[in-house]
Amino acid sequence: MSTGSERTTEPRDDVLVDVRDLKVHFPIKRGVLFDRTVGHVKAVDGVDLRIVRGETYGLVGESGCGKSTLGRALLQLTPPTSGEVNFDGVELTTLAPNKLRTMRRRMQMIFQDPMSSLDPRQNVESILTEGLQTHGIGGDRNARRKIIAETLDQVGLPRWALSRYPHEFSGGQRQRIGIARALVLGPELIVADEPVSALDVSIQAQVVNLLDELQDNLGLTYLVIAHDLAVVRHISDTVGVMYLGALVEEAPSDRLYTEPLHPYTRALMSAVPVPDPDVEDRRERILLAGDLPSPANPPSGCRFHTRCPWAQPTRCADERPELREIGGSRVACHWAEQIASGELRPHKVSVEVVRPVDEGEEPAVVSAPTEPGSFV
Amino acid sequence: MTIISGKKREKIDRLAELAARDEERGVSLWQDAFRRLRRNPAAVVGAVILTVFLLVAIVGPFFVPYGPTDTMGIREGVVKVGQGLIPGHSAEHWLGYDHQGRDVFSRMIVGARQTLLVGVVATMIGLAIGALIGGVAGAAAGLGGRWGRWVDATLMRFIDMLLAMPSLLLAVSIAALLGPSLITVMIAVGMVSVPVFARLLRGSMIAQSNSDYVLAATSLGVRKSKIALAHVLPNSLAPVIVQATLTLATAIIEAAALSYLGLGNPDSATPEWGVMLADAQPWLGIRPALAIYPAVAIIITALGFTLLGEAMREALDPKLRK
Amino acid sequence: MALLDVEELSVTFARRNQRPVRAVDGVSFSVDAGEVVGLVGESGCGKSVTSLAIMGLLPKQPGLTVGGKAVFDGTDLLKIDDRSRRDIRGRDIAMIFQDPLSSLNPVVPIGIQVTEVLTRHRGMKGEAAAKEAAQLLDRVGIPDPKRRLKEYPHQLSGGMRQRALIAMAVACQPRLLIADEPTTALDVTIQAQILELLKDLVRDSGTALVMITHDLGVVAGMCDTINVLYGGRVVETARRRPLFRQPRHPYTVGLLGSVPRLDAGRGERLNPIPGSVRDLLPWPDGCAFAPRCTRRIDSCVGEPPALVVTHDSRGYRCVNPAPLPGAPGEEVREVVPGSATPGSVPAQAVPDDPPAVPGLAATPSEEDVA
Repeated sequence: MSTGSERTTEPRDDVLVDVRDLKVHFPIKRGVLFDRTVGHVKAVDGVDLRIVRGETYGLVGESGCGKSTLGRALLQLTPPTSGEVNFDGVELTTLAPNKLRTMRRRMQMIFQDPMSSLDPRQNVESILTEGLQTHGIGGDRNARRKIIAETLDQVGLPRWALSRYPHEFSGGQRQRIGIARALVLGPELIVADEPVSALDVSIQAQVVNLLDELQDNLGLTYLVIAHDLAVVRHISDTVGVMYLGALVEEAPSDRLYTEPLHPYTRALMSAVPVPDPDVEDRRERILLAGDLPSPANPPSGCRFHTRCPWAQPTRCADERPELREIGGSRVACHWAEQIASGELRPHKVSVEVVRPVDEGEEPAVVSAPTEPGSFV
Repeated sequence: MTIISGKKREKIDRLAELAARDEERGVSLWQDAFRRLRRNPAAVVGAVILTVFLLVAIVGPFFVPYGPTDTMGIREGVVKVGQGLIPGHSAEHWLGYDHQGRDVFSRMIVGARQTLLVGVVATMIGLAIGALIGGVAGAAAGLGGRWGRWVDATLMRFIDMLLAMPSLLLAVSIAALLGPSLITVMIAVGMVSVPVFARLLRGSMIAQSNSDYVLAATSLGVRKSKIALAHVLPNSLAPVIVQATLTLATAIIEAAALSYLGLGNPDSATPEWGVMLADAQPWLGIRPALAIYPAVAIIITALGFTLLGEAMREALDPKLRK
Repeated sequence: MALLDVEELSVTFARRNQRPVRAVDGVSFSVDAGEVVGLVGESGCGKSVTSLAIMGLLPKQPGLTVGGKAVFDGTDLLKIDDRSRRDIRGRDIAMIFQDPLSSLNPVVPIGIQVTEVLTRHRGMKGEAAAKEAAQLLDRVGIPDPKRRLKEYPHQLSGGMRQRALIAMAVACQPRLLIADEPTTALDVTIQAQILELLKDLVRDSGTALVMITHDLGVVAGMCDTINVLYGGRVVETARRRPLFRQPRHPYTVGLLGSVPRLDAGRGERLNPIPGSVRDLLPWPDGCAFAPRCTRRIDSCVGEPPALVVTHDSRGYRCVNPAPLPGAPGEEVREVVPGSATPGSVPAQAVPDDPPAVPGLAATPSEEDVA
């Protein structure tokens, strides 16, 4: 796939995906007759990350932090505004549409809501065949059947599933169908956007284990996007914490837990409930004041300074911190060392009122005027 | 360590599986909708009405007792319009004569076919043109990027123009342009329903284009044109099909209205319910039944289509499933 | 006496041509004054329907039957008429829902919605009500409450909406607060804020709280007593420490094994519960959890397991509970009653009768155990 001319950077063999200064800005449009761009929602605003082959990169953050947009922009499902995405030596952002489509075989996606991500009018066989046909894998019908049967076994679905439709399955099984659809193409990278958050607790563990198993058996590389830090930490080798469109900290999974450096990571960590009364009673909570600021109008300087209990009068409000390496972690905080050493103490933060952003993460979509049935 | 007998384990597993699946083959959404349709009494009533109507329209004309254009009443001197004499029902003529001495029952039966033809053809015209415009606009807006939005905007402005005109005025102008005939009525009625279908399909397709399974297909590498045809379009059709059924009802009524206004077939030799209604107008004082027969027939047929359409809307609504 | 005593509550939805669905199938629990009680379970376990039934908020429809008792302060909430129930609701018992946006009227300012409650249940009017409303918003941590009162729900963020809803709920200083997944729709940092707020309110006002959630982590930090629901019944009830330290019901064990813990190391495999929540055995036929249970034995099927109550006032519905660590006799005791399959039990346990054909032995053994 990767010909010599397409290699842009010196490819380090172990890095599968190299994202550089990726930005995705959605225009906010107003106006009755003519759309006027009145601003931009900076969903992703300058993210650098590398995903090592065969490992899992976990992206965690709260709603509106841009983690899903980042995942989609990485796969070129949402066109990035600027920046580079290098997949195994191939620059995706400038790739011609036809070549990009061929590349898609190597990078697949798993979605949050297994119901809405499956075409309700396709049965499982047709769902699984579609990708094979698109990429001309497997030649004839029998060969395809064989691939599909193997994939079903891998994700733990019975054969009788083939003739059935998505609505006839339980949530967990639907998610397995979604995984099978991604897997059937034999991808190298799988971007999983909240793969378990729509599922019941007991089913979540099944899917998490399945993802683990598949990685062990097939050597897959994952980018797992989730809001649940416990889940992300459980399956990831490296965890990146996002806040308002940018990475604030990136560290190996265990290190992130033992030595969180960024104040936001600490707050997030202390907010995740642990099913253990002893831990719950002992732990110190860092309660953040207020809500996430609007990504259309992010705070100046460090984006977290409006809610940060460690915010300092200098630098925080006017200088945007870059990711710096501190002992195996990368952290975007001016005062990380001082906070870690205990030199700086947390203080109380007054709440700023935050207006909810009009709609989800993609305001561009909102302008679709007609709803079905509204005419009748 | 647990101990469990094979038989018992089987029983547990079977019980557990019972909840998960009740039959062997998968049930598609269409099959499922049809099943729920059958359980809906309104749908059954609508279907019965329409079946009768269809039967009458298709085979009825072969069994009518008299020719629909045979002016036997005048020939036999029974009907004397000048003296206000139009006999009503009798053993030979179940619904009596009309003002030209023709057998009303025969005309009603033969008229059913014409009426059905007008309704179906008019709806087909509307559906075909509307779905084409709406489908192209919807696919372009949902998947096409900047060019797509331009195509969509252009098509929709045209539809807005159609929509801005009062429907009857639009129909009258078309009829005036083409001259009065049955074809004119069909085209006019069809054109009126074009914006309805176009907007409905476009809106539905745009909504579907934003769904996750379209994103999933894109990430599989499926071509946009195929996504539009294989995923977006089939999932957007349900409201359009419902609308088509409902439009059949209004088309019959509108066609009757146009015929009543004299824009229909000027040669009343081939009977059509709307034309019959129009023809009955001068004789309302003498024999109102002449207007009531076709009017009631139109109402019942329209009701049948409406009942079925509403039931289909319910059956196809994904929110009402389960 | 307990503040709220729910006994054998059952809710059945009967539909035409279909088997009736028992959403709640004999739920019993009690709440003492000032106590925080958790109802934990996955989707379809009946936890939300239980709360709606207690509050009399189930949509009135043909085929709906509510049975059992829900005695609140001496009054059976299921027996009284709508009017007196409405009086109790809001004044003595208040409820907080999962989705604050749909629980608030979108076209009425927050202030009017709060003062409405005050007017109806506390007879406050005009200036006094407005002042009290502002105080309430302040108490639940909404900044600049005077201005917020004039705003509409959509102008507030999710966390603030939930706070406003809590303000309305506590407006009349109710004695019981029922919170149905109050933080599920919120982000973790906001969830932490809301949970802290609820804890403070309960501590300061002595209000009892019923916390309905699927999140074991949430109950671990909040609840005094926890009821685990499965298939419309309470399968285990215990104080929180014993429950998390030594869960007895295999379902509780399974739930705890399914949750990745933040403080666990990377790479530890989870122990999920096989199957899905749809794989239910109807209670009359045995334990609803049996199809998914790793500890099931023959006596799990046949009749519903009785509630076993142990000395430390915990209870579980299971014939083969997870062993307590430190109880060596447990393992042996469990094996003996399941002497149904010839060959897989110690020789001395085989009855004198000639060994039955495997499979056929199953039926009589059911009666034996029963």
